[in-house]
Amino acid sequence: MDFPILSTLIFLPLVSSLFIFISRGQKKNNSAIYVSLFSSLATFILSLFVWYSMDYTSADFQFLEEQSWINDFIKFKLGVDGISILFIVLTTLITPICIISCINSVKDRVKEFLIAILILETFMIGVFCSLDLVVFYLFFEAGLIPMFLIIGVWGGPRRVYSAFKFFLFTLLGSVLMLVAIIAIYWITGTTDVTQIYEIKIPKEYQNLLWLAFFSSFAVKTPMWPVHTWLPDAHVEAPTAGSVILAAILLKMAGYGFLRFSLPMFPLASEFFTPLIFTLSIIAIIYTSLVALMQDDMKKLIAYSSVAHMGYVTLGIFTFTKQGIEGSVFQMISHGLISAALFLCVGVVYDRLHSRMISTYGGLVNYLPKYSFLFIVFALAGLGLPGTSGFLGEFLVLTGTFQKDYLVAMLATFGVVLGAAYMLWLTKRVIFGVTKNDQIKNLKDVNKSELIMLGILALLVIFFGFYPVPLMETLDVSVDNLINNYEIAVQTNGLK
Amino acid sequence: MINNLNILLPEIFLTLSIFSVLMIGVFIKNSFNLIFNLSSFIILLTIAIILNSSNNVEKIFLESFTRDAFSNFFKILILISSLFVLNSSKNFILDKKLAKFEYPIIILLSILGMFFMVSSNDIILFYLGLELQSLSLYILASIDRDNLKSSESGIKYFVLSALSSGLLLYGCSLLYGFTGSTNFDLIANELGKENTGAVFAMVFILVGLAFKVSAVPFHMWTPDVYEGAPTSITSYFAVVPKVAGLAVLIKFMLIPFSKILMEWQTIIIFISIASMILGAVAAIGQKNVKRLLAYSSIGHIGYALAGVATGAISGYESAIVYISIYVVMNIGAFSCLYLLKKDGEYKENISDLSGISKKHPMLAISFLVILFSLAGIPPLGGFFAKFYVFTAVVEQKMYTLAIIGLLTTVISAFYYLKIIKTIYFDDSVISFDVTRNKFAQLSIFISCSILLTFFLYPSVLNNVVDTLFLN
Repeated sequence: MDFPILSTLIFLPLVSSLFIFISRGQKKNNSAIYVSLFSSLATFILSLFVWYSMDYTSADFQFLEEQSWINDFIKFKLGVDGISILFIVLTTLITPICIISCINSVKDRVKEFLIAILILETFMIGVFCSLDLVVFYLFFEAGLIPMFLIIGVWGGPRRVYSAFKFFLFTLLGSVLMLVAIIAIYWITGTTDVTQIYEIKIPKEYQNLLWLAFFSSFAVKTPMWPVHTWLPDAHVEAPTAGSVILAAILLKMAGYGFLRFSLPMFPLASEFFTPLIFTLSIIAIIYTSLVALMQDDMKKLIAYSSVAHMGYVTLGIFTFTKQGIEGSVFQMISHGLISAALFLCVGVVYDRLHSRMISTYGGLVNYLPKYSFLFIVFALAGLGLPGTSGFLGEFLVLTGTFQKDYLVAMLATFGVVLGAAYMLWLTKRVIFGVTKNDQIKNLKDVNKSELIMLGILALLVIFFGFYPVPLMETLDVSVDNLINNYEIAVQTNGLK
Repeated sequence: MINNLNILLPEIFLTLSIFSVLMIGVFIKNSFNLIFNLSSFIILLTIAIILNSSNNVEKIFLESFTRDAFSNFFKILILISSLFVLNSSKNFILDKKLAKFEYPIIILLSILGMFFMVSSNDIILFYLGLELQSLSLYILASIDRDNLKSSESGIKYFVLSALSSGLLLYGCSLLYGFTGSTNFDLIANELGKENTGAVFAMVFILVGLAFKVSAVPFHMWTPDVYEGAPTSITSYFAVVPKVAGLAVLIKFMLIPFSKILMEWQTIIIFISIASMILGAVAAIGQKNVKRLLAYSSIGHIGYALAGVATGAISGYESAIVYISIYVVMNIGAFSCLYLLKKDGEYKENISDLSGISKKHPMLAISFLVILFSLAGIPPLGGFFAKFYVFTAVVEQKMYTLAIIGLLTTVISAFYYLKIIKTIYFDDSVISFDVTRNKFAQLSIFISCSILLTFFLYPSVLNNVVDTLFLN
């Protein structure tokens, strides 16, 4: 057997967090930051190596690892394909950026914060690598613990309420998924995802099982009407927490739809498409409208995340190549953009300790570099051509037009609303008259902030012009997904 | 006959050593320390004796006493948990001036009672073992006799438990009346035929057993006794008798009542669901940690009973795995309570835990691990316990039970989170004394390491438990 590269990828952050945990007693936290930064960068490079050495022309899972785990019948199985590798790289990219952001924003119990972030990284990579339902569930749920603590310990004034809401909402959705996983085990005799793809779950079970998985993914996505935990969690979480939440945790659900719901329950997915379309459209239009009237920057971005994730679910359930590739692209790009926007809010929050839009105004006169970056991300967020935000939405809409004109038109309307709240936000924060005198004394972005925002800005623009690396990786896996789906639907005479 | 006495060796050894330490206690003044250490040593020796004995099924005394893998496993579980409970509470006992030499001896006596319970193959022997255990527990509950609450809890426990013993005994006599035998195997044969009377007997016996494991609706005594009794006794109550009670429940389903499983199952499903719901809901408002743990233990018994309710071997196995992990978690949780000492006072309110993460980071993180594990969040041990139980439940297509059970875990997660919130999110109020209680720290450490590393090799317990039902 080859070198277990995926396990290394998963457990490297965990081991380094243990290392930080043991090395206690020093007053200065710098060494902890360096150790965690170093280990997360190492993880990033390792994940790039995995991406680089992957075979894009094959839809099979690669770098397979199998270990007997529970009673010989449930295996600890890991592997990546074209879809999951992108999320892994996104995770390993965002984590070092979060750690850099700690330097400015976290003052209290830095070491514990870094440990929580690194443990969370382990669980997030685990989610995207696992090829066994129980392993997936394990990592999926385990991520709640560090995130609960990140929101609760380092969060804002209403942190307790938000942390509880986040934890209990997600847990409630997930326990039904656990029942479904156990049921699948007794129906098919295995929880190995690749084997379940082969076995094909009988038609009569599919709808119920799909709903159980949906209950978990809908909360995590989050879809309307169970999205209410997200604005609270985002607002109260510290910057790094919001970034991870928006950039990666939300993507687990979209990934879950692609990896589990679609290939395992194709018939139920077909059956429930109208439901998903309805909820996605409501999410896109309703939450965009809600975002328009927010006076808290973080809340506005949080609601915009719900709307953007609406495009993702819409795209996935078109079952077209453009739709699904667009969804994945949208998830990656939203991961970069929303992370950057939350970091931008974090930058000014660290200086003025206010997230209210009314506090700011006219920043462009005093913080030119910051304003430039903010505008780049805001434009990317509204989907300006030339940024990665455009391509995702465009592909999703192209896919949707093939399925349903009405839905596509309504979704397109959401793009306009997106432009409305983003531009209005920019106008009120960056431009306009400077009413607040404190702004005149603010310092522009410092070196560490420039590094993290600069990297994200470059990536957003790069993928906006040249999405080929992402698309190339995705292509075969998505083709394979759609083929299997088509076959399943046709053999059951649904089309 | 005399050749077979080695089957009874652990019991004989335990009985003789109890008598000898009792003599030492009577004749040597201030011998608490000596007797305490001797008792621990006796427990260790008994473990060694049981480990050395064979796991083949052997029955003696007119087949009223069995020794097999099943009883050996439970005996070892009882001994190990008693050892940890006893030793981690030693400082507490000394501080609270409970250091009477009878204390460890009565604990040993209750262990002896449980040994006979799990080994019995006859309702008379079973009843005697149960009573020996219960009588010891009454004394233990009121051992802090100058404390009003402790005496109250002892009386309360005694009155209610005596009532339930009466019901149980009535059930046993009915069973004898309707089957003509007291032997488990003979009863099982007799129940193969139509026998309405035996169903009545079964209900009474089940009531008695449900009382002993504090399952709803026979749980009323639990919160009061847990709160009133000294913490060292509470931790014993929360762990050891539960193990023995569950063992007996499984044994009754396995042998005497195996032919009327359907009736038996219906009741257990009800009890299990009621316990899970009450354990989750009633704990929310609690302010005292011990009371909260009482309700949480009611909930946990509900989960273990869900495994028993399947009426299948895989379900019993999952219940045994569940109770073993429950023991680990509860020993850890109670050991944490021994460290909450401020100026000689042991704190037991949740609000006293406020902000301890700042001044006592290690204690806080241990609490965190144990509480998340009690809530059943992966990747901790408590999750696997629940996972096995619900796997067994879904295997029997009891979807309602599984869904209700998992939904109650969400409700119960709320109050565990509330404690974690107090520990981590609130401002620090008290800083506790520096502790000298090394053994409590050790048991917290062991408990946390088991819970944290359980996911690396989650089938370790299953492999052991699998062998219990081979015959």
